[in-house]
Amino acid sequence: MEPATKTKKQVGLTGNSAVAYAMKQIDPDVCAAYPITPSTQIVEDFSSYYADGKVGTELITVESEHSAMSACIGAAAAGARVMTTTSSQGLALMWEMLYVASGLRLPVVMTVVNRALSAPISIQCDHSDSMGARDSGWIQIYSETVQEAYDNLFQALRVAEDARVLTPAMVCMDGFITSHAIENIALLDDSEVKDFIGEYRPKRSLLDVDNPITLGAMTLQDSYMDFKHEQSKAIAGAKAVVAEVGKEFGERFGRSYGLMECYRLEDAEAVVIVLNSAAGTTKVAIDRLRDKGTKVGLLKPRLFRPFPHEEIASALAGTKAVCVLDRADSMSGFGGPLFSEVRSALYGRKGCPPVIGRIFGLGGRDYTVEHAFGVFGELYDILEKGKVEKPFGYLKP
Amino acid sequence: MERYTEIRWHGRAQQGVVTAAKLLGEAALREGKYVQAFPDFGPERMGAPVRAFNRLSTEPIRLHCGVKNPDVVIIVDPTLIAGGGVSQSPLLDGMKEDTVFIVNTPKGAAGMRGALGLKNGEGKVYTVDASRISLEKIGRHLPNTAMLGALAKVTNVVEMSALIENFKENYSKKFSPKVVEGNIGAMEKGSQDVKGE
Repeated sequence: MEPATKTKKQVGLTGNSAVAYAMKQIDPDVCAAYPITPSTQIVEDFSSYYADGKVGTELITVESEHSAMSACIGAAAAGARVMTTTSSQGLALMWEMLYVASGLRLPVVMTVVNRALSAPISIQCDHSDSMGARDSGWIQIYSETVQEAYDNLFQALRVAEDARVLTPAMVCMDGFITSHAIENIALLDDSEVKDFIGEYRPKRSLLDVDNPITLGAMTLQDSYMDFKHEQSKAIAGAKAVVAEVGKEFGERFGRSYGLMECYRLEDAEAVVIVLNSAAGTTKVAIDRLRDKGTKVGLLKPRLFRPFPHEEIASALAGTKAVCVLDRADSMSGFGGPLFSEVRSALYGRKGCPPVIGRIFGLGGRDYTVEHAFGVFGELYDILEKGKVEKPFGYLKP
Repeated sequence: MERYTEIRWHGRAQQGVVTAAKLLGEAALREGKYVQAFPDFGPERMGAPVRAFNRLSTEPIRLHCGVKNPDVVIIVDPTLIAGGGVSQSPLLDGMKEDTVFIVNTPKGAAGMRGALGLKNGEGKVYTVDASRISLEKIGRHLPNTAMLGALAKVTNVVEMSALIENFKENYSKKFSPKVVEGNIGAMEKGSQDVKGE
């Protein structure tokens, strides 16, 4: 029996309760939200904190997610620190406003509890919702565990509000698998959170009447593209800030974060790439296969937007076969979104390994250790036969 | 290789099955363990069969899939076994040779073995009349805490003291002293009354 001190100071919280607690600790100026399964409990818990006077937040209960994001945009333009949360259809309904938030360079921070999109209707996990928003100009950070979802929220806030970035950020975690599972988590003290996130003082805001600005003005052919170019450079530059903030988080609290996590990757021949909770299950499979002498590893991107293409390509140098697991189908007839990005990152590199893509876990379908074994088996088949027969497709049930 | 104790709870919506998994997770965490407690969510209907799961370990838990081969199966609602219109296979699904079954029923363990369709030597069966205990101790049909007491007695996954301390500490604000005492009484009685074959 391990000593009981090992988990001392840890508590058991669901992903949703941990995120709500993080929001309480952040105490944003404004939260506008419309609850939707499976992120509902975040809004419920946060509403309790609000009702009990534990936060100074202005909580705006709106009539739809479109309105939620609109209210967030208005408040952020006025200079407030703003947070919200949603899932699935809710994120889809926000879609046009997502682009307004990012285009106006407003650092709104949103937790997305990943859930499938209709139709057919499903309340269970997949990444169709956040992948649908991947080109909306939002930073996207993915979380394997309850602890990561909690830690990522503070870091996302720092990155979004950084003067070099000024771009909204979403922190994603798996619906039900993470949002509704109680896991061990170490919480930060309120003072630690306050020190880490600092006060938010935007350089420009609509309420700063001494320095009037225009936001969201009509732009013609002479300037629209230049705004987009600036935005594009800012989100690309966010990569360095994510790394910097992740390192500082580690120095302060002992849990370091990078752009991705490499698990037993150094000497790996066969590698799986996957986001969020499925990475944990894959690690268990890797340990068991390593015990039998196979050289297998995992690359878990933490940052998906901006996409750390150079870092991922470098990390995969020396590998012999790669499978990218996507929990969303881009309906392109050409595999899932993560698959496309990873292959594109590797294209033209010397010794580029064969990369296959498999769609898995749609609508909450379970992904087990045996599934991971199957994927590594496919990769070793490719190594044996020396050719790829099926570059992309759906994972067998 | 990591070692987990995996537990599957079977009951019906509104019987406290999800809460039981939560209470077990919290109590095991108090003992220094790594825990998971998660429900198997579907459309929400009162009385619908519900499952919840625990994974407990002395090491950090990285698995994020369903529990396939439970070490312990806890059947909080005996109508799921017979006459409830539900086939028994979900209860025995993925069972191992030594899976422990704890059933809420006034009947004996030997009879339950037959009702569950287990052959001799397959699994271990224990019974406890948790419904009666909850009515006596809490005054309501909430058999979950009595089942937790039974679980602590027949397995070593959690200590009674951790279950009781966790309940006192974390639920005294939410519930009246009478309800807290009733639930702790139900845990203790469940532990005393549970019987094997």
